[in-house]
Amino acid sequence: MLTVENIHKRFLTDGPEVLRGVSLEVKKGDVVAILGPSGSGKTTLLRCINYLERADEGTMTFDGQTFDMHRIQKGQIAAIRRKTAFVFQNYNLFLNKTVLENVTLGLTVGRGMHRDQARDIGVESLRRVGMADRTSAYPRELSGGQQQRVAIARALASSPEIIYFDEPTSALDPELIGEVLGVMREVAQDGMTMLVVTHEMEFARHVSSQVVFMEQGQIVESGSSQGFFEAPRTERARAFVRSILGQHRVKE
Amino acid sequence: MNERIWTIVRDAFPQLIEKFFTMTVPLTVLSFALALVISVLTAVIQYARVRGLSWLCRGYIWIIRCTPLLVQLYLVYYGLPSLGIVLDAFPTAVLVFGINEGAYMAETMRGALEAVPSGQLEAGYCTGLSYPAIMRHVILPQAFRTAFPGLSNSLISMVKGTSLASVITVTEMFRQAVVINGRVYESLALYTEVALIYLLFCSLLTLLQRWGEKKLNAYGGVR
Repeated sequence: MLTVENIHKRFLTDGPEVLRGVSLEVKKGDVVAILGPSGSGKTTLLRCINYLERADEGTMTFDGQTFDMHRIQKGQIAAIRRKTAFVFQNYNLFLNKTVLENVTLGLTVGRGMHRDQARDIGVESLRRVGMADRTSAYPRELSGGQQQRVAIARALASSPEIIYFDEPTSALDPELIGEVLGVMREVAQDGMTMLVVTHEMEFARHVSSQVVFMEQGQIVESGSSQGFFEAPRTERARAFVRSILGQHRVKE
Repeated sequence: MNERIWTIVRDAFPQLIEKFFTMTVPLTVLSFALALVISVLTAVIQYARVRGLSWLCRGYIWIIRCTPLLVQLYLVYYGLPSLGIVLDAFPTAVLVFGINEGAYMAETMRGALEAVPSGQLEAGYCTGLSYPAIMRHVILPQAFRTAFPGLSNSLISMVKGTSLASVITVTEMFRQAVVINGRVYESLALYTEVALIYLLFCSLLTLLQRWGEKKLNAYGGVR
């Protein structure tokens, strides 16, 4: 459903290359976790895939159409974005809109849907994330976990073909992480295609079907999440998994 | 104080108030509306980095802010007729006040636009909204909240600033006081009276600003 090939990106013309030829494929219904140490280019990769950053080079095939990621036109980007959704690390809910308006704005204004229909879809999306009782609240009246759940409802409302998650729990207090991961797990179980940059190893291990491990702007290893955690093939991945699982033991 | 002064002050009051509502208020409202339109356009053009127009906006702000308002009034009213451009006093005042304050308000608006977190724009894009739609529904409403105190400043400053129109023969409230004073020679009493009227109405605007801010704080305000 989504294939990207050979993405290159540097932020400064004479600066270091942040992405050095990244390729990956996401099939319908896949939940792909992108793992890796900070600075490995995970977030940049996701932002390039949704054109929040413009890749210097790369090819994308989405929905049977192939695009040059560097030369793609604005109109083509807009068309792709109408079929995708993005969940940000710091939620980025529209601060001047209520919870319900946040979820319906993309439907009414973005897609020209009638208000009543958008409202029904919005309430249903909010119900799925357990926020249907706060439709008239403003983002600043909500906890981080609640805001992120609304952001997920906003993503769901447009019935996207894929949802991108950029470290969706990294800005949350530890006690709020669970509620967001719980919602993401349900969304995954409903069959949504998801590409998730995350530090949550439990999520990567038990919810995602595929794992992509990145380091220094390259994909070092990718495969089924079970295989990755139980028998990583590369030394880098082994070291990463060891350090993560080690941390967990310390925590317990 | 003697009775004569009181009589002068009392007789002047309805004339001053009349000029306030028939001249000062329309002058302020029209000039402010013009300034608001100019400032939003100027700020949005710069915020959106519209090629070719951004430098034009910078040039406008540069020239207007770096020349005195009084000189601008004289230039348009007494200077431009030499080029065959003759405007009545009132339209001249509206135009000059609007263009002048517009430059300051443009900077207020630009600062407010830039204070809106960039994530709001990104979220708008990712939600499938077009740039104009994001500006209209997300960025500008938030920027207005941030700009509100600054814009209130401009409005209050403009109410008083309209007294400058007296130098190009617009008989607004202050000029009316000057005219009356020309007859009765009671500068202290009359100019104090005018000052108090400005004080009264600008105080009302100050209260209005506070009320407006509270109203705009409905969505949690800008912290």
